[in-house]
Amino acid sequence: MSRLWGWLLAGLVLVFGWWRRRGPEGEEPERLVARTSPDRRAENAVIALFGLAALAAVAFMIVYALDDGSRDRTQLYGLTFGACLALIAAALIVLGRRLMPYEEFEEDYPEPEHPDEQEAVSQIIRESGSGLTRKRLLLTAGGAAGGALGLAALTPVLSLGPWLQTDSLYDTPWQAGRRLVDEHGAPLHADAIERETFYTAFPEDASQDEIGAPVVLVRLDPRALRLPPERALWAPRGILAYSKICTHAGCAIALYRSPLFEPTAPQPALVCPCHYSTFDPADGGSVLFGPAGRALPQLPLRIDARGELRAAGNFSGPVGPSWQGVRGERPT
Amino acid sequence: MSSSRAFARAALAALVALVVPVAPSQAQPSIGIVRPGDSASLSSAQLGAELFAGNCMTCHGVDGRGVRVPRPGVGDVRGQGPSLRGVGALAPDFYLRTGYMPLGEPDEQPKRHRVLLSEREIRALVAYVDGLRPDGPPIPTPHPERGSLSEGLQAFTQHCAGCHQVVGEGGVVTGARVPPLRNATATQIAEAVRIGPYVMPRFPRSQISDRELDSIVRYVLLTHHPVDRGGWGIGNLGPFPEGIVAWLLAGGLLVGVCVVIGRRVRG
Repeated sequence: MSRLWGWLLAGLVLVFGWWRRRGPEGEEPERLVARTSPDRRAENAVIALFGLAALAAVAFMIVYALDDGSRDRTQLYGLTFGACLALIAAALIVLGRRLMPYEEFEEDYPEPEHPDEQEAVSQIIRESGSGLTRKRLLLTAGGAAGGALGLAALTPVLSLGPWLQTDSLYDTPWQAGRRLVDEHGAPLHADAIERETFYTAFPEDASQDEIGAPVVLVRLDPRALRLPPERALWAPRGILAYSKICTHAGCAIALYRSPLFEPTAPQPALVCPCHYSTFDPADGGSVLFGPAGRALPQLPLRIDARGELRAAGNFSGPVGPSWQGVRGERPT
Repeated sequence: MSSSRAFARAALAALVALVVPVAPSQAQPSIGIVRPGDSASLSSAQLGAELFAGNCMTCHGVDGRGVRVPRPGVGDVRGQGPSLRGVGALAPDFYLRTGYMPLGEPDEQPKRHRVLLSEREIRALVAYVDGLRPDGPPIPTPHPERGSLSEGLQAFTQHCAGCHQVVGEGGVVTGARVPPLRNATATQIAEAVRIGPYVMPRFPRSQISDRELDSIVRYVLLTHHPVDRGGWGIGNLGPFPEGIVAWLLAGGLLVGVCVVIGRRVRG
């Protein structure tokens, strides 16, 4: 029953529209847009372009339906769909340029209205403040309120970094006696650490994901080390451990520049692949090059009776990227 | 004694090069090879020794003992270089077949170069260097077909991509250029991993096992012919440059379309 109603309504609308289109008898009202001369060639071009666009869309559907995943067809998808869009755009351009009438209008800016009333408003504003007796005090109070509001809005900046309280920066899983293990948890033997290559080590029985956990291990000629005197015992048999986290932006130190023949090649260095901060492992991790502002924190090592590597304490400085207030060495 | 002979030979070679006009295609580059005059009649061992004396000894020293303190050698080359005793066949095979050696200046970074030695000469030199001290590492034989591509990608990302980039395009490390891997053969990749040429770290078996190395080689060989699904790889530099190129092209195209469909307003 409701479907019948629907049909009936649709028919009524159609008939009404048709009648309206024919319109009441009489001559046309005056045109607003100048009549343009018909351009059959442009019309044909637009029709042809639209038709081609439809064909391209159909071609896309066919290509998509035929795709069995055995070959790469992304180019065909791009070509057919892109061609469809480009052809529609071309049709619209021809339509706009050749078939649509084009007129240019210009209108002068209106003169400013009611100049006398504007002057009156200005006078009202000037005279309204004359009743205040303690103008300066009022201004000071207002300024104080505004300034305090600005400071209050800035207070959350404190959350961006440690403020005076920097103990948490030295919080790492490393402590004296903790064994160094590889990524699978196997302890590292000092004898297995070879020169001219580098290893990643983690603290035993601790999370490997913490920023203070991973260290990079290298072995250098003990005679080539230039460690500060207080770190003389930190590199047994020339094995050095440094935090694997770059002190600039916190990337992993994934590059080890290890010369095969030192006299004719650059010196050994730990390099961060993000911004090429370069650290000298022989000199306590000091910065050789790049944007890093402070040395790579060194982990003191010792070799236990079984020949396994153990930490002899915590890092020489705060681990992780630098920001205002953390630059500089560990306070003693 | 042999160094003065080598000098005489070099001088003779220079004289011959001056007197005898050579076709440009056969012209020797600045680092030419000094060859014994009667190389065809020499045994392989003799040829290796002669070639070493003429081309390597200035930097690598008598009997490959190395030259730690620079000293003047053949021609104007200042000789300085590592000892080759105990490097086995592994290192000379890599350095000669990549054209890394001979090097023009000892301070230069060795880079891939047209190989100037013949196959027979390379074999002779490799055998000579291998024989300097017995029991050196042999030339590895990787089996990329036994490796796993996904493991290779993982290991390459962990050990190699920091410098060589994940598609093996190379790049820089402070103080040195990182070579691209697009011309590296399977054997050369395996050799480089075990040697650690120039400033590259060396990866012993405890770091990268032979099985893992097979996987890495398989992955690197794949990067020689990357799957460019879009049809235009733009050097496989990654999504960011690809996006930039797309934006620049599309932006230029859009400006062109605007010029075509727009009308200049006069006045």
